[in-house]
Order: sequence, then structure tokens, then C-alpha cells
Amino acid sequence: MVTQDAQSIAGAGASPAGTAPAGTPTQDADRKVRIVRVSMEGTATLCGAALGSLGLVWLLYERVLPFTGALGFWLCWYAVFMLLYAAMARIQWDRRDVINKVTTVAVSGAAVAVLAVVFGTDLYTLSRGLPSLFHVSYFTQSLAFAGPSSPLDIGGVAHAAIGTLEQITLATLFAVPLAVATAVFLSEVGGRLARPVRIIVEAMTALPDIIAGLFIYALFILTLGMQKSGLAAALALTVTMMPIIARASEVVLRLVPGTLREASMALGSSQWRTAWNVVLPTARPGLATAVVLGMARGIGETAPVLVVSGVTKEFNFNPLSGPQMSLPLFIWNYVHIEGVTPQYIARGFGAGVALVIIVLALFTLARKLGGTAPGELSKRQRRQLARQGARV
Amino acid sequence: MAVAVTPGPPSAPSDDRPRTIVSPVSAGDRIFRGVLRASGLTVLFITGAILLFLVLRSLTAFGAVGFRFFTTSTWFLSTNQFGIAAILPLGILIAIIALVIAVPVGLATALFISEYAPPRLRRTLIALIDLMAAIPSIIVALFALYFVMPRFLGTCAWIAHHLGFIPFFHVSLPNAPASYVGSTFIAGVMVSVMVIPIITSLSRQVFSQAPQGEREAAYALGSTKWGMIRTVVFPYGRAGVIGASMLGLGRALGETIVVSFILTPVYLFNWHVLEAGGNSVTYMIANYVLQQGAKGISALFAAGLVLFTMTLGINTLAAIIISRSRSGATASAD
Repeated sequence: MVTQDAQSIAGAGASPAGTAPAGTPTQDADRKVRIVRVSMEGTATLCGAALGSLGLVWLLYERVLPFTGALGFWLCWYAVFMLLYAAMARIQWDRRDVINKVTTVAVSGAAVAVLAVVFGTDLYTLSRGLPSLFHVSYFTQSLAFAGPSSPLDIGGVAHAAIGTLEQITLATLFAVPLAVATAVFLSEVGGRLARPVRIIVEAMTALPDIIAGLFIYALFILTLGMQKSGLAAALALTVTMMPIIARASEVVLRLVPGTLREASMALGSSQWRTAWNVVLPTARPGLATAVVLGMARGIGETAPVLVVSGVTKEFNFNPLSGPQMSLPLFIWNYVHIEGVTPQYIARGFGAGVALVIIVLALFTLARKLGGTAPGELSKRQRRQLARQGARV
Repeated sequence: MAVAVTPGPPSAPSDDRPRTIVSPVSAGDRIFRGVLRASGLTVLFITGAILLFLVLRSLTAFGAVGFRFFTTSTWFLSTNQFGIAAILPLGILIAIIALVIAVPVGLATALFISEYAPPRLRRTLIALIDLMAAIPSIIVALFALYFVMPRFLGTCAWIAHHLGFIPFFHVSLPNAPASYVGSTFIAGVMVSVMVIPIITSLSRQVFSQAPQGEREAAYALGSTKWGMIRTVVFPYGRAGVIGASMLGLGRALGETIVVSFILTPVYLFNWHVLEAGGNSVTYMIANYVLQQGAKGISALFAAGLVLFTMTLGINTLAAIIISRSRSGATASAD
């Protein structure tokens, strides 16, 4: 693949048909063919439209018409920008080219907006919750001695963090064997049963989270008469996490080259030996990613636990008995249910910071673990191979 | 993988058929398959158990009001006047608004990642979409309530003032700032944040499966990039996109936390999406299930049952469509 050096948005510049697919063979190996060119006119048009619309919208929005709201400003800016850009492009190029350029900008704009939301949610929570991290009590205390208007140096989120860690550990222990076994079943055994199972697993990934909580509530608390506990919360999380991990694992297992399986079979190993010694080790990084991503999803789930785990202000290290707090439930309880004082809301954001940091950490771990596709070699392995090759 | 058995050359004798291959299955393999099959069945079993328990627990409510559960808008438990006639459509309205935003944005993002982004950036972008799917809904809810809502009310007021002649955007008291707080529209916009990652990642997968040969053919015929996308990528991805959008609909119908943070509950169906107040089945369950007696709980279970059957139906249909669109890729991966 020839790398596209230029940035694609601005680069869609003045070369309409120049956006040839990557992989065009280069005749002259010395000179690198640049597929996408940044042209003066293309960049200037883009910048001109952006600045012009900014000025126009500022004039209309802030000075002439009585609008309010920052989000409305940027929405209007985007609409005016698209119109202006289309008009400016129309002056210079033909219709087909204009459509191509405008769609490029629209598509890129949507991607930028999505990225802004990804960063915006996390950064906003971090910035609002950061002040509560400067109190030692945040890390060491529960809320047992803190009232609605206690200052932030009394009470913390330690009890909720412990609950979250215990519940997610239990849920992972329950969900992973089941999920991976299901994924291996779908990819290795197959048969008539595989199709309905695959479809139900896919359907369960988007199931209402609250239903998982209701199910465990009906089963354990109403029918079996058990108490609200961390274990019940872990079971509810299991129901939501299991399909997510199973689906992601199946996708990974399907990427294991069939030739590896055939080679193992041809050497006379049985099917379970093949799965255990060939398929699963090959897919290990991907499976680890699937599990860690499933954990990241599970940690943030509020709806399943809010019905079954119970709310408490105290430490509870035992998930088997008594109500146990968790971080999402902490936020839910003190911001939504009892969100009466600024202190409670600040505590909610503090717990949000812990949650965001845990999710980001798990996420980074997942990328580290699963950086390579099955069969793809890491940089070190590739260097090793190259060295061996040179020696031979 | 060709399934058809190729007949031998015509001159070959008639008994020259491919021999049937019998592979003996060892006991270990039989146990292995049995265990895996059992775990596969567990998934079906859990789904069945959820359905069973919801049905069992909702019998009291259905016994009390019967079919009126689907036609009553109010929620008065003591006089047996409760139903989902307002709650369910209000929830569906939120999901529709979420999809109206999430489908175009999600598809555009998927296109950007699979077609426009430089190859070096592609993996990072895919990772960021995964991250978006992993952002806890409670964090989105905090963001929605304290960051977006105050900055968005002005836009809502502007729409109501200038587009209020469209019945959809009508607001009865357009000058009171309080009449825009906690509306169905804001809830829908924020729920779309939860739906975009599903639509993006699923449709990116189908987009990237569009065959390279046909892409190059389109370029060779002088097509622009957009022309190539319109004639090659979209037709190949159509089924996957439909499936992804339906799965997104299921997710939007089940969103609980964001909806609970934003909405001010009402019990009357209202088309005017900008007006304060909305409701959904998930809102009712999350906020009231712990505060009610046996009949109230049963009524909420009945509402949950309706939501569950609806989303399970939608999601299953979506999963079938997606698995069809993916079947060709499975064969080539083996």
C-alpha cells in the first residue's frame, strides 16, 4: 500500500480523478507517487469558506438576531460553512467535482463531531470532578459520616470503588468462561444450533440493560427471597457482559486462518486439541481485548445494578451479603436521586472521574494486549525473523 | 468452498465416485463438543429465562387490568388505572429522534474511517469508536445534564420560535425558558450519543468488505471518490447498514440512565418534542421499581415485558439481516 501522505480533506484539492485507490503499482521505484495532492486552490477554498462562514454567523448570531446557546452557534456555523463551501467550489469546478468535495467535507465533519463528543464527555467529567481528588478522604473514606452538605474533606468514594472492583471481578469470572466457550462453539463446532445462538447473542448485545437488572431482581430477590447484594449486581452485570464478550470473541476466532486448523488436524490432533493448542493461543491477544473491552463496558453499567445491589453509605467488603455500593450507582444516587446539594453533585462528579479513569485504563490495556491481529507479527518478532532470514 | 461434487470425466467408469470420508470422532472430541454446545444453549436458556420471569411477575398486573394495560395512559395503581399507552410511544419517540441523528452521523463516521481516513489513522479511529461504546452511560448522562442541556436550550427556543408552525416543533409557551427543560428532543439527542458507536462500528465493517476490484473498476471508469462510494460501497453495505440501524433502534429503546437524568416525567402522549416532559418504560422502571408495592412492581414488570419482547424482536431481525450480509465474508475468511 502506498501511504497517503497528504491530509485527505484538504487534499481532495484540485485533483478530481486523482484519488485513485491505494496500491497502484509504481513503475519508477525511486520516485514515490503521491496519490492525493494538496493544491493551493483547494486549501484556500476550504479555509476561505470556514472563515467566511464564521464571520457571517458571528455577525448574524451574536449581533443581528437574538439567538443564544453555544451549540446553536456551531450548528449554524456548520450549515453556513457547507453552503458557502459548495458555492465557492461551484464557481471553480464542475458539478461532479463539487459533489465529491462537499461530501468529503460533510463526512469528515461528522467524524470530527463524533470525536469531539468522545473527548468532550470524558474531559468534561474529568475537569468537573478533579477538585474532589485533592482530598485524602476521597480515596480512603466511605460516606458513612458525611451528610448532604458536608464539605468534601469528609467522606469519599472508597466504598463504591471497592464494590465496583468486587462486582466486576465476579462478573468477569462468571461471564468469560461462558462467553469464550460460546464463541468457540460458534466458530469451531458450528452445526444447526450455531445459527440461532449467534443471532440471539447478537440480539442480546443491544438488549435494554435495565431488563438484566429486572431479571435478577425477579429471580433472586422476589422468587428466591435473597437480599440485595453485590453478588446479585455481579450476576446482573454477567447477563449484560456475556453477549458482548461472546460476540467480540467470535469475531476474533473467525480471523484465525483456517490453514492453521487444517495443519493441526493433518498432524492427527483431535478437534479439542486443535482448539486448545492452536486456535485459542493464536487468538489470545484478540480474546484478551474482547474480555477487557467487555469489562470496560460492564464497569460503567448502571441500569443493571441499580435495582439489585442496594444503596449504602458504609463499607461492605462482602459481596455475598448486604447492600454494596458501586461507582455508577454512587453517581446515580447522589446526583439523580438525592441531587439536592452542590456537595452531592461534586461528589458525583468525583466518582465520575474514578469511573472514567478506570474505563480509560482498561481501554489502554485492551489496545496494548490486542495490538496485533491473529497471525500478524509484532515489530520484535518481525525483526527476529529478518535476522534469522539474513543468517540463512 | 465449493460444495458441488465434480463428476469425473465422461470416459471414467461409473464406479469412480469420490469415496465418502468417515472421520472417527474420539470420546474427547465428543465431550468437547457437548460442553461447548451446552454453553451455547445457556445463552438461549438465559434469554428464555428472562422472558419467563418477566411473564410470571407481570401476571398480577395483567390480571388486574387485562388488555386495558395497552390503552391506558395514566399510572394510578390504587384505582387500577395504569398502562403504557403514553409511556411506550413517548419512549419510541425518543428512540426515533436518536436514530434520526445517529444514522446519518454514524454512517458518515463509518465512511470516513473506511474510505477517507489515511491508513495510519484508521486503527486509532476504530479504537476511539470502541472507546465511545465503552463510555459509561452515566458519564454521558452527567455530560448531558450539566454541559449540553444549559447550552442547548437556546437552540430549542430558536427552533420553537421559527419552526413552531410545524406541529412537531410546537411549544405552547414559547417565551418561558422552563418549557424547554427535560424535553423528549434533548433526551433523543443525547441518546444518539449511545447509539452512534453501534451504527458506526457495524457499518464500518460492512463498508470495508466492499470488494477492492470493483472499487478500482469504478475509479478506472473515471469515477470520483463519492461516485465510487455511491455505486460500490453503498450497494454492498446496504443490508449491513439496515441491520446496524435496527440494532441501534433496539439500543435506543433500552437506554435508561441518560433518559432518566434528562426527562421530566409526564403521563400524557405529546407529539411536541420540544416541550418539557417525556417518559419511557426504562425511565419508569429505573425510577419507581424500588418504591412500590407488589402491584406496582408487577405493573413495571409488565411494562418491562413489553419493552423486552419489542427490542428482542427488533434486535433478532437486525441480527438476521446482519448475519446474511456477513455470510459471504465468513466463507472467504476460512
